[in-house]
Amino acid sequence: MTALPLVLTVFVACAVEAVEALTIVLAVGLTREWRSTFQGMAAALVVLAAVVGVLGPTITLLPLTALRLVVGALLAIFGLQWLRKAILRASGYKALHDEASAYLREVAAAKAAPASRRRWVGDWYAFTLSFKGVLLEGLEVVFIVITFGANQHNLGAALIGAAMAVVAVAATGIAVRAPLARAPENAMKFSVGIMLTSFGTFWGAQGAGVTWPGNDAALLVLVPVVAVTSLGYAACLRRGRQRGQVPGRPASSLAPAAVPVTDSEEVTGR
Amino acid sequence: MTRALKSFGAFWYDFVIGDDWHVAAIVAAALAVTALLTHVAGVNAWWLLPLCAFAALAWSLYRATARKD
Repeated sequence: MTALPLVLTVFVACAVEAVEALTIVLAVGLTREWRSTFQGMAAALVVLAAVVGVLGPTITLLPLTALRLVVGALLAIFGLQWLRKAILRASGYKALHDEASAYLREVAAAKAAPASRRRWVGDWYAFTLSFKGVLLEGLEVVFIVITFGANQHNLGAALIGAAMAVVAVAATGIAVRAPLARAPENAMKFSVGIMLTSFGTFWGAQGAGVTWPGNDAALLVLVPVVAVTSLGYAACLRRGRQRGQVPGRPASSLAPAAVPVTDSEEVTGR
Repeated sequence: MTRALKSFGAFWYDFVIGDDWHVAAIVAAALAVTALLTHVAGVNAWWLLPLCAFAALAWSLYRATARKD
């Protein structure tokens, strides 16, 4: 397999998380103080780099079969959870993630919090919020970088995809100085879910001992099948929801009225 | 200390397992059955994991939406 699907998958996954991290960093930086915000962001990036630096080479030491079984299972579980949320959002059962309102919430919280200085950090609130935001959004990316990179024995290509996404999102954020509310976030999450599920299924089954028909070429069938099935589920749910709507209520009003499904978005950003 | 451990565990559970543990359980069971079929019965069961993944997703979506209608 070439490095292109690896780079693209990591790029899109990383871009999604970087958009969410950017919202937090911008809200804190513009409301509180840029120096402490950047210190928090830099500290989180150092921790994330250390995790990649330690876990990356370690995980590649595992036997390939065991690596594929464990990593495949984790990726498939991750991917299915991403798909689940993307389908619920696409079908109106869950409100779309709104970067603009997330930004306003962060700004309101940042304005209300009192300032406190600790050692070399001028504003501890700005530092911790920025650190937590970047670290939590980055952990999932680190997982994807390590698992994809290790499985393909190409950690460098995965890191390039991640770095390109961070640079692209950061440059856009600096240019517009506002949260990237118009980024097609759910479509990007849908794509990442499809790729994670496909690769996870492929590697997991390989790790369990199967031989795929056509070997690596099976992915060229598996990815479209996962995509079509997921889009089919979203269409079925959307249709079912429209059939069950209150008479006289237009279908377009379904999405804003979506019932918020309790989930782990605050932790994982999926 | 116990509280910190609990939140640490809760974070990793949420990070790895996510909102619906059934999905993780079905994927793990499917991999185990695939390994058994392949190594014990000699069946090249490449089709089992994708089928179970689609079934797990459908089941999880059904559970999430059934109580919302």
